Amino acid sequence: MEQVLFYILGAFTVVFAFLVVANPFSRSPVTSAMFLVLAIASLAGLFVLLHAFFLAAVQVLVYAGAVMVLFLFVIMLLDLKEEQRRKIKNFSLITGLISLVAIVAVLVNVILRSGLSGPLPAATVEGGTVELGKLLFTRYLLPFEMVSVLLLGAMVGVVLLSKKDLR
Amino acid sequence: MTVGLEHYLFVSIVLFSLGLLGVLLRRNLLIIYMSLELMLNAANLALVAFSRFNNLLDGQVLVFFVITVAAAEVSVGLALIVALYRKRRTSHVEDLTSMRL
Repeated sequence: MEQVLFYILGAFTVVFAFLVVANPFSRSPVTSAMFLVLAIASLAGLFVLLHAFFLAAVQVLVYAGAVMVLFLFVIMLLDLKEEQRRKIKNFSLITGLISLVAIVAVLVNVILRSGLSGPLPAATVEGGTVELGKLLFTRYLLPFEMVSVLLLGAMVGVVLLSKKDLR
Repeated sequence: MTVGLEHYLFVSIVLFSLGLLGVLLRRNLLIIYMSLELMLNAANLALVAFSRFNNLLDGQVLVFFVITVAAAEVSVGLALIVALYRKRRTSHVEDLTSMRL
């Protein structure tokens, strides 16, 4: 059962991610954003399979909810027309593909040589709200507070950036 | 065939390479931004898989922080894109090659 779910959700994630990046039918950013929502939702399903229940909920709430609404707001604010097809320069295509193949080769090689294969061990910890909350407010209290300051800074920066005249 | 750690890592690699492909080949700022999100999500998947494999919750706490920082990063980046669009009326990276506004 878990295997079948993994293959279904993994395939969904990869296909939707591909449609975000290179949709053969539409070049519009709105379609890309919608497929990104689907990719993130299937990724949340993979998190559930990995017993990370709290993160799956956060993924759906924060990513599929807040972040994607922000993206759609900006797309509609900019009123982008259908992106015209421009020729990709041969140089950038070749260098891009070379760097992509190189980094994928390195990553696959690392995994194949690491000896990390075999089934997952029995889950002794669950990533529920209680467990993560305990960890977050004891061992990771300082980073937690720092993140709140970071969010405040981001908020002030966004307000400043969106003022009409930057002075 | 049981699903192990390396299956999740392969999905993560595919996601990451798709994101990298988008950043390198697409020319629309917003889609480049979405590809960046895909790469972050690939890293998150790898972290959660390792956390499950080692039966430690620390990886999941790190993913929590990554999601928070990504939300902050998206808001600031999109504000920058909007400010840039107001000045230059374009979101196409090849039209945005000069440093001066």
